[in-house]
Amino acid sequence: MRPSTSPVRALLGKRDFYAGGLMVLLGLGIALKGSSYRAGTLMHMGPGFLPTALGVLLVFLGIAIAAAGLSAEGDEDQGVLPEQPQWWAWFCILMSPICFIMFGHYFGMALATFSCVFIAALGDKNATWLGTVILATVVTVFGVGLFSYFLQVPMPILTWRGAL
Amino acid sequence: MIGTALTDLWYGFGVALEPHNLMFCFIGVLVGNMVGVLPGMGPLATISILLPLTFGMKPVAAILMLGGVMYGAQYGGAICSILLNLPCHPPHAVTCLDGFPMTKQGRGGVALGLTVFASFVGASWGITEMIFLSPLLVRAALQFGPAEVCSLMLLGLLAGSTLARGSPIKGVAMTVLGLFLGSVGTDLETGSERYTLGMTELDDGIELIALALGLFGIAEFMNSVNQVAPINTKYTNVTFKDMRPTKADMKRAFFPMWRGTIIGSLCALIPGTGPTIASFVAYATEKKISRHPEKFGTGLIEGVVCPEAATHSSVQGDFIPTMSLGIPGDAVMALLLGALMIQGIVPGPQLISQHPDIFWGLVASFWIGNIMLVLLNVPLIGIWVKMLAIPYKFLYPSAMFFVCIGVYAANNDFFQVGEVAAIGLFGYVLLRLGFHPAPILLGFVLGPRFEENFRRAMLIARGDMLVFIERPISAFFVGMCVLLIGSQIYLRLKGAKAAELNVDDDAPIAAPAEPKIPVQLANQRVPVTPAE
Repeated sequence: MRPSTSPVRALLGKRDFYAGGLMVLLGLGIALKGSSYRAGTLMHMGPGFLPTALGVLLVFLGIAIAAAGLSAEGDEDQGVLPEQPQWWAWFCILMSPICFIMFGHYFGMALATFSCVFIAALGDKNATWLGTVILATVVTVFGVGLFSYFLQVPMPILTWRGAL
Repeated sequence: MIGTALTDLWYGFGVALEPHNLMFCFIGVLVGNMVGVLPGMGPLATISILLPLTFGMKPVAAILMLGGVMYGAQYGGAICSILLNLPCHPPHAVTCLDGFPMTKQGRGGVALGLTVFASFVGASWGITEMIFLSPLLVRAALQFGPAEVCSLMLLGLLAGSTLARGSPIKGVAMTVLGLFLGSVGTDLETGSERYTLGMTELDDGIELIALALGLFGIAEFMNSVNQVAPINTKYTNVTFKDMRPTKADMKRAFFPMWRGTIIGSLCALIPGTGPTIASFVAYATEKKISRHPEKFGTGLIEGVVCPEAATHSSVQGDFIPTMSLGIPGDAVMALLLGALMIQGIVPGPQLISQHPDIFWGLVASFWIGNIMLVLLNVPLIGIWVKMLAIPYKFLYPSAMFFVCIGVYAANNDFFQVGEVAAIGLFGYVLLRLGFHPAPILLGFVLGPRFEENFRRAMLIARGDMLVFIERPISAFFVGMCVLLIGSQIYLRLKGAKAAELNVDDDAPIAAPAEPKIPVQLANQRVPVTPAE
């Protein structure tokens, strides 16, 4: 047993509190936006009927999740963040598709592939520049070959679209 | 009836043996096996990555290949759990318990050999079940009106979300979210825009591939990056010669294998209970009826073959509701169904009669694929074992490329690439909050059809909600739903005793929590309500 703290702090430390809260917020958003669409009647349902109902349901589920988290004893006090947050790696992984979009739009598939693999690989804590470049090059050669020549994805391999 | 089934099966073999179908089936099982072996990549991510590649294919070839990935991965996963003690895929978590001790005793090869054999038996049984049960189910399902379809879907969704991993109520929340995501885009009946936030790219709804790759690709990579422990390849020198079991081993494995098969095939019939639950139940049963239960966990062959046979028979059996009713039991099946829908094929009971080539070709390809897998796994075991050593730091960046190009190729539009990144981030937040995203996909795929049938049922019944309990078949499904929810609440209230229902003690749950497991498995707690 951990020493008892104030109930509010106990609540804020619970993962399920945030989980339930997120669902309530999502549900509220869905239901509010949904109420701007025509709901219709049960017999002739409009486009807003089902989504609004789902949003309301989600609000209730969120409350239930938070309540269940509150009642459960301390065995589930897993933090929201993992023990070793990998901010850099997460950033790299999320930047990878963004790079793919930017480079793909301006420079074509080859550079898009290279940049996408390169930045994702940098996220590994043991990444070296050389290893990353080699991996990105190999994937680029293979990927462009597969998707551009074999599967005919209509994206130029190399191009220049100038500043936009 | 048996006669017609066999004739249809014969026709199916004709389809599946067409050279190019055979080739794609082979590619599917090969990729599946490979992915199953690689730690840190799941069948869901792989099927979503391969999905865009199938757009240019014929529907039969596409579904044969994607199906092959799914059951191929199960074969590969066993190698990973037995030799490395890494349950790469949740169904194989219990295989580690006795498989890895066998490896330490130098009998890993025997365990693998018998696993391949047991898997084949389990799969064959599952396929047989599919051949004979599907037409029966279809005959019943063709009588269903919109009200029945609706309540059946409700049952499928509820079962899929509450019986799967983690907290049942969180699972239901994920399903509701999935249903909502399915309604984004143009409303089919009135043509009005819903939740597009002014983005015309969202008019056609959220892209299935972007959703799947975001949730099971990017979110998983974020979860496992820098968390996958380096692999200990000390025990991985297995050759073909080591795989031959002794007569005594075969004798001991025989009955557990059949028990596992039967348990797996029964689990497949209950909607929502996939291979993971089947393998846990099989292990627990085997332990319970064994004359020396205390020896389980020290390297008993029974503890390996029984759950593996159960996994495989349930994997094949899971195709029954998916193909004959159009109701997928888990996220992988939802993805396969989504692949069919992208090809313009409407899932449901009419699928078998309208597209017999797909259904019977798929059934026949299961057998062909399973034989291929036995051939691939037994003599080539050395190659698969070498693949275990591929580090994650090469794997996930390459996979990121496949994710990006895959969603791009779906519509040749960069918007979807941004969509996948956003969904990936959202999926990771959900993972960290203890949600399991698999039911989202289930809800997403069924959502539009659920809404359509719900509206139709209400129109026919003149807005009377009682129609769902007035029609007997529908009432039965609704009753099952109530029973399901009631039992969940009951188990929750009973607390600690709940675990007894599925797993007789903590061992199978506790064991996969050993240190070497990639992090994504840590929060995939398996059966119903975990022990408190």
